Amino acid sequence: MARRRWLAFVAGLCGVALALTGPVSAQETIKIGAYLPMTGAVAAYGQMEWDGIQIANEMKPTVLGKKIELVLVDTKSDKIEAANAVSRLVEKEKVVGIIGEAISGNSMAGNPISEAAKIVSVSPTATNPLVTQGKQYAFRACFIDPFQGEVAARFAVNELKAKTAAVIIDIAQDYCVGLANFFVKEFVKLGGKVVSTTYIQTGDQDFSAQLSSVQAAKPDIIYAPNYYTEDALMAKQARDLGINVPILTGDGAQAEELIKIGGKAVEGMYFTGHFHKEGATTDLAKEYIKRFEAKKGKEADAFGALGADAYFLLVEAIEKAGSTEGPKVREAMVAIKNFPGVSGLITMQDNGNPIKSMVINKVKDGKFVYVTTVNP
Amino acid sequence: MTIDIFMQQVINGISLGSLYALVAIGYTMVYGILRLINFAHGDLLMVAAYAAIYAVTLLSLPWQLSFPLVMVLTGLFGVLLDRVAYKPLRDAPRISLLISAIGASFLLENLAIVIIGGVPKGFPRPDVFAKVIDLWGLRIQVLTIYTPVLTLALLLGLLYIVHRTKVGKAMRAASKDFETTRLMGINLDRIIAVTFFLGSSLAAAGGIMWAMKYPQVNPFMGVIPGLKAFIAAVLGGIGNIVGAVVGGFVLGLGEILIVALFPQMAQYRDAFAFTVLILVLLFRPTGIMGEPITDKT
Repeated sequence: MARRRWLAFVAGLCGVALALTGPVSAQETIKIGAYLPMTGAVAAYGQMEWDGIQIANEMKPTVLGKKIELVLVDTKSDKIEAANAVSRLVEKEKVVGIIGEAISGNSMAGNPISEAAKIVSVSPTATNPLVTQGKQYAFRACFIDPFQGEVAARFAVNELKAKTAAVIIDIAQDYCVGLANFFVKEFVKLGGKVVSTTYIQTGDQDFSAQLSSVQAAKPDIIYAPNYYTEDALMAKQARDLGINVPILTGDGAQAEELIKIGGKAVEGMYFTGHFHKEGATTDLAKEYIKRFEAKKGKEADAFGALGADAYFLLVEAIEKAGSTEGPKVREAMVAIKNFPGVSGLITMQDNGNPIKSMVINKVKDGKFVYVTTVNP
Repeated sequence: MTIDIFMQQVINGISLGSLYALVAIGYTMVYGILRLINFAHGDLLMVAAYAAIYAVTLLSLPWQLSFPLVMVLTGLFGVLLDRVAYKPLRDAPRISLLISAIGASFLLENLAIVIIGGVPKGFPRPDVFAKVIDLWGLRIQVLTIYTPVLTLALLLGLLYIVHRTKVGKAMRAASKDFETTRLMGINLDRIIAVTFFLGSSLAAAGGIMWAMKYPQVNPFMGVIPGLKAFIAAVLGGIGNIVGAVVGGFVLGLGEILIVALFPQMAQYRDAFAFTVLILVLLFRPTGIMGEPITDKT
């Protein structure tokens, strides 16, 4: 009896060994990696983008006749974890392309590793210019901060009639520092005056000290291009302190959590963004919105749309290259012209940044509403 | 800076300081009696905040009922935590307890991520607390008045328990000498359970007030309050309950004023707290109100 069981065990072991060494399914799939913040300070971005990527994968599940397999690694919203995640995707998972990270600081931590491995990475939403600067294999699906900061400044001067502004900067985020600088440059050029500059840090919860000094400066508007959690808490405390001027921010505000946490305090907040379903024009966008809303039971958001575009761009490049080799995918990527993505027409430049339009949104009655589209 | 902006900043500082103080009381009490730095204290605060959200939104209990209920439940949870993480190590070296406390802290944070997810939730702040009073141009949130009042009320209650009741007497005895207390026929496990119950309900009170002021609840929300409360406790003289309150206010006011007076230094706000910790440990390890260290056997 014991002997038979032993034999069965050995036979089983042989079976496993065969399965491992034989012509397994790994040959028939193409692996695309994603490293995103699924937990931590900016978890909402990662979760929205992952939703979008999954819908995009459903819409286009194959490339070069093979099934696409997605591999997700959580970066916990942390730079070091982001770098580790890319190493893991490259070395252990052997992916042929990478989507991520959601934010600029983390992408800048991850990109040097995929760059060294000559693997194309596409960030859905990292908007800081440095993310792709001097890199051959780093791309993004979104516009960059100089454009965003400039448009915000023009909007502040022309539409909000602002002459003075207070700027509140999250000093821990490359994104916020960059955006604030580009805004200030353009705002001053247009004749505006910055009357107060104060600093906060990601994870801070109390901004009362900064806001009290903003209040003393009596600005026409507040420009606070920070992430949604800080935006929401800051707006709440600003309103509590009796500061009622318009607040203008960047694409980092566009997460449901902004409204869930901020409630009435974020009503009337303006921000520059990538996508609003009311501004959607392409067929891909229409099908994406339909599928997304049927499957996820909520409105299609900008981060999901950009996640989907990162996926579509990567798959398009692999298909056009006819190969999964990094250098060939790269060549195909920079040749993409007027690609009808979910967030509009995308033309990729040699520097890894696309040319595309921007929308301005506003929070109204607890919802993100579309204000206007700005072309580059 | 004009005088009214300065006054506004002082109010901001009191508001923040009273929160630190509230969390620090529980921290310092558990330390004073058990000589255990309960690193999971901040995470109990997070557990309480989530419990309060669910009580108010899922069970639709009124907040007047939910908040005391959450304090009791968190108290019981603290007792359970002691049973699982600290009681088996009662006779082990102190460092094992410390490691167990850090482990408990990580466990709670990660459990929260697995169960609830990493995306922050808003806190349903009752309108009563959200009101803002305009006092000669100074904006005072009602919460800013309630928090110090609650902190002082809980402080007095705790002082009464520790100094005027039988349980309190046993607690103080235990803090001096575990073994002798046990030999005197006192049920030490019961005393420790009461200590954890009180300490954890205080964490819950802190968690609820914290979440009302900064209505963003996430699995790591307890980390910074926990650290700041620990620093406040050390600053006040760890183990000394009145000292914790003083330490909390000093820390809160200090942080706000540093940002107010030196706006460029805003990013060094946490560094300020840690600098205070280092300076206190270097020059006055017993804190503002701590008793001098004596050799005890």
